[in-house]
Amino acid sequence: MEVFIQQLINGLSLGSIYALIALGYTMVYGIIRLINFAHGDVYMVGAYVGFYATTQGWGFLPSLVISMVVCAILGVVIERLAYKPLRGAPKIAVLITAIGVSFFLENGGVLAVGAKIRTFPNVFQEVQYHFFNGSVVITNRQIVIMVVTVLLMLLLQYIVHYTKTGKAMRAVSHDTQAAMLMGINVDNTISATFAIGSSLAAAAGVLVGIYYNAINPYMGIMPGLKAFVAAVVGGIGVIPGAFVGGLSLGVIEALVSGYGQSLYRDAVAFALLIIILIVKPSGLFGSNVREKV
Amino acid sequence: MQWKKSFVAAVSLVVTASLLTACSGGGSKDTAANAPVANEFVIGGNFELSGGQATFGKAAVNGAKMVFDKVNAEGGINGKKIKFVVLDNKSEATESTNVATKLINSEKAVAILGCTTSGDTLGMVQLAMDKKIPVLSTSATNPKVTVDENTKKTNDFIFRACFIDPFQGTVMANFTLNNLKLNTAAVLTDNQAPYSKGLAQFFKESFAKGGGEIVADEGYVTGDQDFKATLTKIRGKNPDVLYVPGYYEEVGKIVKQARELGMTMPIMGGDGWDSPKLTEIAGAAALNNTFFSNHYSSEDTDPLVVDFVKRYKELYGDVPDSMAVLGYDGALIMVDALKRAGEPNAVKIKEALAATKDVQTVTGKISYDEQHNPIKAAAIIEMKDGKQTFKDKVAPK
Repeated sequence: MEVFIQQLINGLSLGSIYALIALGYTMVYGIIRLINFAHGDVYMVGAYVGFYATTQGWGFLPSLVISMVVCAILGVVIERLAYKPLRGAPKIAVLITAIGVSFFLENGGVLAVGAKIRTFPNVFQEVQYHFFNGSVVITNRQIVIMVVTVLLMLLLQYIVHYTKTGKAMRAVSHDTQAAMLMGINVDNTISATFAIGSSLAAAAGVLVGIYYNAINPYMGIMPGLKAFVAAVVGGIGVIPGAFVGGLSLGVIEALVSGYGQSLYRDAVAFALLIIILIVKPSGLFGSNVREKV
Repeated sequence: MQWKKSFVAAVSLVVTASLLTACSGGGSKDTAANAPVANEFVIGGNFELSGGQATFGKAAVNGAKMVFDKVNAEGGINGKKIKFVVLDNKSEATESTNVATKLINSEKAVAILGCTTSGDTLGMVQLAMDKKIPVLSTSATNPKVTVDENTKKTNDFIFRACFIDPFQGTVMANFTLNNLKLNTAAVLTDNQAPYSKGLAQFFKESFAKGGGEIVADEGYVTGDQDFKATLTKIRGKNPDVLYVPGYYEEVGKIVKQARELGMTMPIMGGDGWDSPKLTEIAGAAALNNTFFSNHYSSEDTDPLVVDFVKRYKELYGDVPDSMAVLGYDGALIMVDALKRAGEPNAVKIKEALAATKDVQTVTGKISYDEQHNPIKAAAIIEMKDGKQTFKDKVAPK
């Protein structure tokens, strides 16, 4: 039982990271039906911005905010330069561009900051909390990761449901043409989506930097893919789906490593993707929408 | 349509022409080999200047440059200077093949120094054998590098400056059983690194042979960052020691997360741990009670070591790690062979390397055995408050 609780904690803290990245994936997909493969690399940039902020002596919260702001701008720039000119182009062209942007960020990152690993300064002292005679351990860093994830998720829900931008986002996602006729500025709404999604990825990057304490320019590839799986599992385009998808993926990975074989972990994650695509392609939280003809 | 046809014709013309020139180019290269000997030794360097093992490659290049610069400053070998051309393999085996191809074809290297890891070195073994260019790896510890796995024959063009995995794995198994008097172990292997698998295999074999018991055998892959689930599983088996023969980036995270989970047992590994980054990632306190086998210790009081450490510090400002020492030693072995070969001829250099005997290097007096492995001792390092301390020296039997 204690081992199970420990694995649950391990899984939830890992899953929180996936969830934060998956939220951005799902928002962008929801609004322009684009799988933004560069999203994982925005997360990497976020980690680096956080790294430079903390090494300048900034605390945890200021670094988190700076990183989110910088990546929000980056997200908008990427959208304006790489995706907007292709609006109306075939889906596959935009998808390939996204892969291009991903490689650009990774290798540009290597050029700009070097390929070596960076380690974060200790922004807050680690505290461990023990339960069941020390057989269940949780650290304050894990708690911070989970709390920040939940808060950001709630903030996002608020933005999407109760603000003007959020309402515009939902309208554009529902029917772009009709939204445009109703006087909604579609371009600005799409930019806002990229800004919000990218800032969430940046938050995940900073949290990872602080939790695992080592970052490198290629760190976005695997979590990016996993978050994509999480978004699809939860129902791509559905915000609570991405959140639940991310957490469940983290927990499943922890349980596979803990009770099965550690090397099957990634295989199970992608097997899950395939099964979901076969059984319920719209994802756990997705509703069946018929393609408009 | 007409236009299309003429385009195809033009393309095929260009292709044929380039094929023809390529052939004649090859022909003239053959005659160049018989032409008067070049007036310099071109030594290629195939190293990890970026990527996961970048600190290894850079340190090795620093060490090697010290030797080559000194030889050149003293007038070279038979009046011929050494030209050391270093290219970056980005810590990837496939890129290592590309780098070796470039060094041999474009730079006309007569011998190659590098790489630092077994995986990257294995990436150029076949190429070097085909092109008949000797390779001296500074720190590839996997046996497969110099011995063909299937035929069990020595790869006659491949050499190394370090000891091999069976030795490292065995040393740590014996150290655990005999010095620490601990009998159960868990092993956590990087299944993507031949180096890690090699060490793990020989650790497990020797540990079992010496009467110990392996209670858990888990794996991960390079680039992983969350190990808590696997570590929780290992914690449940309650082993006396945890053996993690990986590279510093993942090892640092593993040690950090293991201590976070309240695992206080000794954690041990091999020379892949040797980097200042290890302390940065894991934190000094987490690394207490960890041990690893290494090629040398900068704390060793042997005058040769003391002198080398002093000169390296003056030049680069850092304490040299094992990779720097092995880069230096590799270059010493190479220069010794170049002197005996006398001219920049790849086959003669290979024969001279194979005949290496009693070359005095920082890590010991080196002679090659039949499988091109140097015979020398291993140092065991204990981490104390983030600093490496010299614990013991274990000589080969």
